[in-house]
Amino acid sequence: MEFLLLLGTPVAGALVLGWLGARRFAPELNALFSLVTFAAACALTARVVAHGKVLVAHEQFFIDPFNVFLVTLTAFVGLTTALFSRPYMRVEMTHGRLSPGRLRLYHAMYQLFTFTMLLALTTNNIGLLWVAMEGATLSTVLLVTLYRTPASLEAGWKYFILCGVGIAQALFGTILIYFAAEKVVGGEGVTALLWTHLDAVKTLLEPRVMSIAFVFLLVGYGTKVGLAPLHNWLPDAHAEGPTPISAVLSGLLLNVALYAVMRCKVLVEGSLGTQLPSNMLMGFGLVSVVLASFFLWRQRDIKRLFAYSSVEHMGIITFAFGMGGPVANFAALLHMTVHSLTKSAIFFTVGHAAQKAGSQLMDQIRGLITLSPTIGWGLMLGSLAIIGMPPFGVFAAEFLILTTAMKQQPWATPILLLALGVAFAAVFGRVQPMVFGETTAKRLPHPPALLPVFVHLAIVLMLGLYVPPYLADWYRQAAIMIGGH
Amino acid sequence: MVHIPLLLQLVNACAAGLLLLSFAMLSQRRVVTLVYLLATQGALLCLATFLLAWRTNQHHLYISAALTLSLKVLFLPWLLHRLIRRLGVYWDTEPLLNSSVTMLLGLLIVVFAFGLAQPIAALSSTAARSTIGIAIAVILLAFMMMITRRKAMSQVIGFLSMENGLFFGAMSATYGMPLVVELGVALDVLVAMLVLGVFFFQIREQFDSLDLHHLESLKEKP
Repeated sequence: MEFLLLLGTPVAGALVLGWLGARRFAPELNALFSLVTFAAACALTARVVAHGKVLVAHEQFFIDPFNVFLVTLTAFVGLTTALFSRPYMRVEMTHGRLSPGRLRLYHAMYQLFTFTMLLALTTNNIGLLWVAMEGATLSTVLLVTLYRTPASLEAGWKYFILCGVGIAQALFGTILIYFAAEKVVGGEGVTALLWTHLDAVKTLLEPRVMSIAFVFLLVGYGTKVGLAPLHNWLPDAHAEGPTPISAVLSGLLLNVALYAVMRCKVLVEGSLGTQLPSNMLMGFGLVSVVLASFFLWRQRDIKRLFAYSSVEHMGIITFAFGMGGPVANFAALLHMTVHSLTKSAIFFTVGHAAQKAGSQLMDQIRGLITLSPTIGWGLMLGSLAIIGMPPFGVFAAEFLILTTAMKQQPWATPILLLALGVAFAAVFGRVQPMVFGETTAKRLPHPPALLPVFVHLAIVLMLGLYVPPYLADWYRQAAIMIGGH
Repeated sequence: MVHIPLLLQLVNACAAGLLLLSFAMLSQRRVVTLVYLLATQGALLCLATFLLAWRTNQHHLYISAALTLSLKVLFLPWLLHRLIRRLGVYWDTEPLLNSSVTMLLGLLIVVFAFGLAQPIAALSSTAARSTIGIAIAVILLAFMMMITRRKAMSQVIGFLSMENGLFFGAMSATYGMPLVVELGVALDVLVAMLVLGVFFFQIREQFDSLDLHHLESLKEKP
């Protein structure tokens, strides 16, 4: 029942919003559909808290400790982003950057995008997981090009082709897993793609095929995670699309793609019994962290800056998953949660800051705090959180990752510390003059909704000081399931 | 001399045809011809699927063959053809590599693909396992085509050719994926092409051309 509501609401939302078009109340309706989705996710979470794992519809869908918090997080950020986009898109309309027809496209695709992510998270079938990941790309391509500027078209084309090719590699990897599984599971082949079945027999899967499959899967889904050197689409898509889309791309889609990688990694590692998948994850993660932190210095556009910061953080998380073991996995899961919340909060403030300054160039955004203290403080606190200042949750996660790295992979610790230091200086150095100093900002025609920003940051702060017991319990169980080391 | 049944020989012939068509696409500059080559590739894929379905009595392969026929032989080539006429893109410019270098690289790719396929084929028990190498070669050749071409339309055709290779690979290794997944994949390809159609018109409206060198301004400036 909860499943039906969870997956059905966004589909219904897409149809209704596409059909109704750009009515005056469409943004509110969009938020309402997201609210119902979030309520369904909460109900599902409550059921998991009470009864443990859930398998429904002939085992086609499932919830376990690994995806339950991601489902809730996705629905939650989906809701807050819908709330944020309400005034944001109205301002864009008043500024003449959008027509009513495009707003209709935006709302319908926003709901569809939520649906594909929730489908990817809850499906037990790794074939459907692929279909949903591709669907997530397709539903956002036209959103990246929403403004139809030359730069946005270029970003959209890059996004489409790079992610399309990447995801085709992942399909080949999925075919190979199916091939290996069919030998073991047998039957009519339908169960041979169900993750729970594969997990039960993972030690019997043919290692050579699985290792080839993992290379394709990591490259394929890794493109969507934004791992260097496959990250080229990411900063462009974030910078040129509308800000609510940047927030959900960074905050949610990257997580979902990494989730897909990790599901596959569990199977492959079980089959191989070697360190190969872990080492590959560590390698990709470390390259992403280092590359992104140095690219941060070169950025002039505020949204590109935070897009590269996402590459950096996904790199850290991937590295932590690569180290494996209960502690590193726990930290990686915590980092996924807090990064998602912090980064979307930052994009909310960045969106309004860019609207106020009339530009996304950082040189032209000055003195936010004088005209609107909430935006200024939101951006400042969000940036402090993302660069890993205590007592925010990102600090706790990074601290755990670094201490584990010292024990398990001491060679990597100085590299990580250097990259984190470079990123710290780059982000802080840019944000400080934007928040303080002489102001250039204008008033907005619609009052911005900044409550989501502070709700997100409050949760991040809480997770830095105290992780609720059931959440910690899920993290721990998921960490053991992911295994490694 | 190992005796191979006639039907399987035909499947092998189809596989050889697929590979040949991939090479033909690699050097073809006329966009309309590329679409014809793609449609022929789809037709051969459909025929191979049908023959395998007949030989092995795997009923879901018939559905897969019908899907390939309607989508990859009829609808998508028709859609692309229409787009080409509406947008007036008939010729691709000179590719990034000249054609003899491309062909040589293509040959190397085929050798590599057969090497990669060896462990997979050794494990497979399907009737068409010898063609897995060809499927991988088709995928990689299409990949190369996407890298070396400059026009958006040629890149898209490369993308679809890659999809053909993937389907052929799934078929020769495991008699295709389960039907739910195959339908999902087909739906995604269809939606992708429709999105692309919209997208082409947007690009064209903005730049008056589908040449991708207009789309090269977003780079990290040194």
